[in-house]
Amino acid sequence: MYKIAVLGDKDSVYGFAAAGLDVFFAANDPRAARTLKELVEGGYAVIYVTESLYAYLDKDIEAYRERTLPAIIPIPGASGNTGLGIARVRKSVERAVGSDILFGSPDSGRGD
Amino acid sequence: MARKQVNPTRMELTSTKRKLMTAIKGHKLLKDKRDELMRQFILLVKENKALREEVEAGLKQAALNFALARASMPAPVLDTGLLIAGQHVELEASQKNVMGVVAPKFDFKTSSADESSIYSYGLSSTTEDLDIAAKSLYDMLPKLLKLAEVEKCCELMSFEIEKTRRRVNALEYMMIPEMRETARFITMKLDENERANQTRLMKVKDMMLEQEHHYQERANALDV
Repeated sequence: MYKIAVLGDKDSVYGFAAAGLDVFFAANDPRAARTLKELVEGGYAVIYVTESLYAYLDKDIEAYRERTLPAIIPIPGASGNTGLGIARVRKSVERAVGSDILFGSPDSGRGD
Repeated sequence: MARKQVNPTRMELTSTKRKLMTAIKGHKLLKDKRDELMRQFILLVKENKALREEVEAGLKQAALNFALARASMPAPVLDTGLLIAGQHVELEASQKNVMGVVAPKFDFKTSSADESSIYSYGLSSTTEDLDIAAKSLYDMLPKLLKLAEVEKCCELMSFEIEKTRRRVNALEYMMIPEMRETARFITMKLDENERANQTRLMKVKDMMLEQEHHYQERANALDV
């Protein structure tokens, strides 16, 4: 049995506790990387990370990218949508196809 | 075109030809795999994009609702209200195999079937805004999980497609031409040796006949 975690700054993630997910507060500092590592080893299969923290932890997340579990998914935080999530999808397309065929021009895919 | 350094022997030729056959077969298979992966990937990534846009919009709305809730009640009340989770979400992760890519598949169930258990806080000290906010986020949950599943699958597939594409290209533009060239080189070399041998034999035969029958001497005698 796996669990779902939400990792990010307090304002962005505390609401998820009400929905029954495990929330972990982390600011953009080296402790966040340690928390992430603990979550991965602690049986969390899905870890939602706020976009700003995702950008900060990019190097740590890289290590889990080609693994089946966990799925580390960026979500927009309270401060708004930075477009990182959709950029990640675009990057997948570019990696697979060789060029961006879904989003057209570089800025048209922005969610906000 | 580069060719491998090999001994031009019949054995080498046979083994090179066998390798070439395998490479051609492998190339065809990998190409088919790449095409099918690509087809599924495009379908999936379209779903991923739509889902992400939906989830991001939903989360934005939920964040707004929470901001409202926070504005209408003191922070400590809100914190205690939310941090005592009334229910817990449990996740079942199985694996599915998409063309050799092992992707996770998620199913979740909540610890209590009663939907109202998300309102775990006392209703007297909290406002209605918090209920709306909690509900809006709770409703997003299936979509959020679906997004996690689809996005992870897309990512894994993109790595696999990249790998397969590299392999197809390496076979198509490097290995197969190289082996063709090697096989050609060996054939040419063997033919050349064969011709050299033939000429030498003819020459030797001429010399032997000359020794035996003295054609040249007789011809000279006739002239005189």
